[in-house]
Amino acid sequence: MTLVSAAEAATAGGAFLVLAIIVPVVGALTAFICGGRWTERIALASMPIGLAIVIAILVALQRGGAPLVYLLGAWSPPLGIALRADGLSAVMMTVTAAVVCAVGIFARADFRTPEGSSEARAPFAFWILLLAVWGALNTVFLGGDLFTLYVALELLTFAAVPLVSLDGRAETLQAALRYLLFALLGSLLYLVGTALIYGAYGTLDIVLLSGLVYKEPATVVAAALMTVGLLAKTALFPLHLWLPLAHAGAPAAASAVLSALVVKGSFFIVVRLWFDVMPGLPGPAAAQLIAALGAGAILFGSVVALTQRRLKLLIAYSTLAQIGYLFLMFPLAFDPATTKLQSSSALAGGMVQAMSHATAKAAMFMAAGLIYAELGHDRIAGLAGIGRALPMSVLAFALGGIALIGVPPSGAYLAKTVLLEAASDTEQWWWGGVIQAGGVFTSSYVVLVLAHAFVPADKPVTLRVLMPRFGTAVALSLAVCSLLLGLVPWQKYLPVSAENESNLLTLPALLSSLWPIAAGAVLAILMGRGRLQRSGVPAVVAAIIDPARRAALAPARGLVRIDGTLRQWPAAGLALLGAAIMFGVAIIAGR
Amino acid sequence: MSVAVFGLCGAAAVGLGLYGLITHPQLLRKILAFNLLGAGVFLVFGVVAHRGAAAGFGGDPVPQALVITGMVVAFAATALAVALLLRLFQATGSATWRADAASQASDGPAGT
Repeated sequence: MTLVSAAEAATAGGAFLVLAIIVPVVGALTAFICGGRWTERIALASMPIGLAIVIAILVALQRGGAPLVYLLGAWSPPLGIALRADGLSAVMMTVTAAVVCAVGIFARADFRTPEGSSEARAPFAFWILLLAVWGALNTVFLGGDLFTLYVALELLTFAAVPLVSLDGRAETLQAALRYLLFALLGSLLYLVGTALIYGAYGTLDIVLLSGLVYKEPATVVAAALMTVGLLAKTALFPLHLWLPLAHAGAPAAASAVLSALVVKGSFFIVVRLWFDVMPGLPGPAAAQLIAALGAGAILFGSVVALTQRRLKLLIAYSTLAQIGYLFLMFPLAFDPATTKLQSSSALAGGMVQAMSHATAKAAMFMAAGLIYAELGHDRIAGLAGIGRALPMSVLAFALGGIALIGVPPSGAYLAKTVLLEAASDTEQWWWGGVIQAGGVFTSSYVVLVLAHAFVPADKPVTLRVLMPRFGTAVALSLAVCSLLLGLVPWQKYLPVSAENESNLLTLPALLSSLWPIAAGAVLAILMGRGRLQRSGVPAVVAAIIDPARRAALAPARGLVRIDGTLRQWPAAGLALLGAAIMFGVAIIAGR
Repeated sequence: MSVAVFGLCGAAAVGLGLYGLITHPQLLRKILAFNLLGAGVFLVFGVVAHRGAAAGFGGDPVPQALVITGMVVAFAATALAVALLLRLFQATGSATWRADAASQASDGPAGT
């Protein structure tokens, strides 16, 4: 044990970190061996255990006041591998555990092994893959060196890809292959970066690297390649070709996992890379660039979402826009005095946004899945009357949407206030504008769907099947969870000040969150697909709306066309290489 | 000298792999190009191992360990990709992205 004392010692709660990875992995393996009905039982049994471990980590972190560390085999870095849990890892693991458990309960309706057969392919695969995604994500959040993160990232991809094609239809198989190949391209770029960094510094440990990294050619190339590789896996615009069809084609429970959690894995590694490994390297130009891609994602994702015919595709495009929102924090966390990215309130805002999106989007996909199952289709134009026929599913969708728009006390509202404050503190008013526009865009597509849902139906809505009530209950509780995330005392885990949270429930806060909804409604009328404005609108109003709508539709068509081009494989490949070069140049130029 | 040759070969393999992965419409070729790209990356790891070795050692063992792990990952990725490709071929009778699936998502412009 003398080796340990040299650099870093394992902390008291360290064993929990190993358990957090081992429990889902052992669950997945035993479920695979036992097969049949046991897969579901083992998966559901692992969930409370995993949740308890995460809570234990939260408590240990709060008591110790310092990151938890576990050294594998008691060898300290650079020779050994460390698992570390700081505040960021802990909160992300908690949200992951909560969403996985919710999806587990929700999926019992869809992925039950049918009576009379000993084993069915889709349920067998789903439960094992769900546990595998969970184990891989925990490894991503805990991994202490860049190569462990690579392996975790690959495990995550391998678990996520088959979730896309669970039903085995040709379209979903194609979407899965597209996802797999693009993700593999991204992870190889990450691996090249790892090799270059090892060659330059002789270690891959995050803590050790943070003190070593300086600006030299190999590091710049490595940083650019790793960043772009991870962005490809996160599906940040313009590298999003795989996301819409993969997330929209998967079964509802799988979509919830993919959209809520899987993309957050590679996002989390970008945060680790920029904030922990090389906070001084990216510089202002690269931070502006990554946020500019985020702004592009918000614009394209939201506008294309408004033009979708199907609810699940609309939600998938909304994920695209929300991913863009996550990247707006990078320039806001940049401190010009030290030319470093600071773990400031902007970082906290970004992470809270990631968590509130995870819960809200899982709820929205579940609600959409319930609507799809009970209605037999998810065409937005055919949703008329479901507000009356399926009130609870629509309520879950609405609450998830409202949480996403950022109505207090939702997590998205807290994130928005924190980010806006950071934007005004650092005098970057343009990002403040993008953040506000993001809120307007989000409300536009939520309002569009709700408007269709509450239009009275011409003929009574006939339901194909009745889904069990617990599915709706789970979706509702996740949405409520997202709506209350702003009230969680984050200060213990994230660098956010208590005063931001204290004035969440005031009347001005509520009123200030209402104008984006009104603006979004206008946007939905102008750009949205469908003929909402036709029903019972006076001729005078129609005379004003129609020319405005024609004017708004022209740019929307343009954006849809560009999006279609960017989602062609060769265009996306070139965009990937172009982005890598741009990040390299931005890092060199930024000083 | 030989290190430079290995490095250049690695870079060339990475370039060829990237080219193939981006341009070929046939999925099997894309998978092969991915493997070529991976092989190039592993060669780069070999170069790193040689340059990072302490005096008197032939090579640094850590990158070799990383390469072995990387190969296992690449093998698993290839197996998964080929399995998906086979299922796709059984379902559609084609292993090419001829009609690119991208057009399915955007149902044309809005409001028309």
